[in-house]
Amino acid sequence: MSPISRGFHRRHEEAEPAGRVPPGQYVTPDFPVLSAGPTPHTPLANWTFSIEGGQSPASWTWREFQALPAETVTVDIHCVTRWSKLDTTWTGVSLDVLLGAVSYDAPYVLAFCDGGYTTNLPVADLTGGKAWVAYSYDGSPLPPEHGGPARLLVPHLYFWKSAKWVRGLRLRDVDAPGFWEMYGYHMYGDPWREQRYAGD
Amino acid sequence: MAGTAVRGRLTWQTATVHSLVDETASVRTISLSVPDWAGHRAGQHLDIRLTAEDGYRAERSYSIASAPGEPVAITVERLDDGEVSPYLTEELRAGDEIELRGPIGGYFVWEPALSGPAPLLLLAGGSGVVPLRAMLRYRSRVGSSVPVRLLYSARSWSEVIYRAELARLGDGVQVIYTLTREQPPGWTGYARRADQAMIAEVAWPVPQAPLAYVCGPTNFVEAVAADLVALGYPAQQVRTERFGATGTP
Repeated sequence: MSPISRGFHRRHEEAEPAGRVPPGQYVTPDFPVLSAGPTPHTPLANWTFSIEGGQSPASWTWREFQALPAETVTVDIHCVTRWSKLDTTWTGVSLDVLLGAVSYDAPYVLAFCDGGYTTNLPVADLTGGKAWVAYSYDGSPLPPEHGGPARLLVPHLYFWKSAKWVRGLRLRDVDAPGFWEMYGYHMYGDPWREQRYAGD
Repeated sequence: MAGTAVRGRLTWQTATVHSLVDETASVRTISLSVPDWAGHRAGQHLDIRLTAEDGYRAERSYSIASAPGEPVAITVERLDDGEVSPYLTEELRAGDEIELRGPIGGYFVWEPALSGPAPLLLLAGGSGVVPLRAMLRYRSRVGSSVPVRLLYSARSWSEVIYRAELARLGDGVQVIYTLTREQPPGWTGYARRADQAMIAEVAWPVPQAPLAYVCGPTNFVEAVAADLVALGYPAQQVRTERFGATGTP
């Protein structure tokens, strides 16, 4: 039984239709920035996106990546620090295209990034039109502080899974924690089940 | 980036407000009696959950302001358009009960073993000083002699949090202020937003292998972290924590 805080009340009327915002989240018009260290700045000439660990690894240069078929999607995003942002528009390459270029049977990936950040995901959450490597936000190149030149976009999971400055995926037979997962955040991170921390 | 695995379940528990201290006109420190607290590390945060009479609930994260071993305390800045912070800074009374769970996070933490003899550089923008204060208190508590410089950027002298405590630190800790909007008469310190020239003057030289912690609003953290990297600080020696969403915390 939770104690009642007398005098505490909802300040903002819910403007969004029910079912749009996961439990414990609030909607913000801003686009907050969260990261554990300085923003990396990798020259595009040195940028590659690689898929490692399959039977046939693959790697794309920035130019090759730009030539892949792109999609523009409008999705809601949910940060574990409790802000949600609705109707965000991104352009990028579907993970179906990228994973379709390699042969593999591993059920998990570890996404790796400039700056050393990693996060773990099941392959099943990256395929079937659910995830992208996005390089454009709201019609403009993705700003570095938001993960540019390219970041993962996996909007159905908490946003720390949408790794900034992503440089590739490592296919793995066994799931193992990435950066925040090692510090006690949830291995899967479903916002609708409020999987914020280990054990939630 | 090996981390301490914290894989136990974090359960909500009811804490009792022990005492309240007004730090500035809009900032208050809340000390809590927490029945089942496993201990925390300097720099970690916790989650607060409030329940209204109609059942409405809101959760927010706050940095822990107290050192490991001290009673749990948070320092909350009132945001005028906020939902939780006005309640915590104006309505909450000693003896009231609120729910919390934690500690959370494990990267933006300091303990003596992490930095060894290397100096510490703490860079605070506004209420970003809170987790850094936990580190400073912990340093005193464990009798560490690690040299520390704290650069604290505030809008005005009256908005400096923990002013008396920071003045008493002495002994190996230098506190450098920059007041970005308004300075008292006779002010001789910095009076501008942190920039590369200021960071170059304040930062420990790179060969000393300093460890830096930067906490504040996004524009402060972005600028300061980039300045440190430009000075030659390796990115993995610069740990950042940011806030600045509307409504957060």
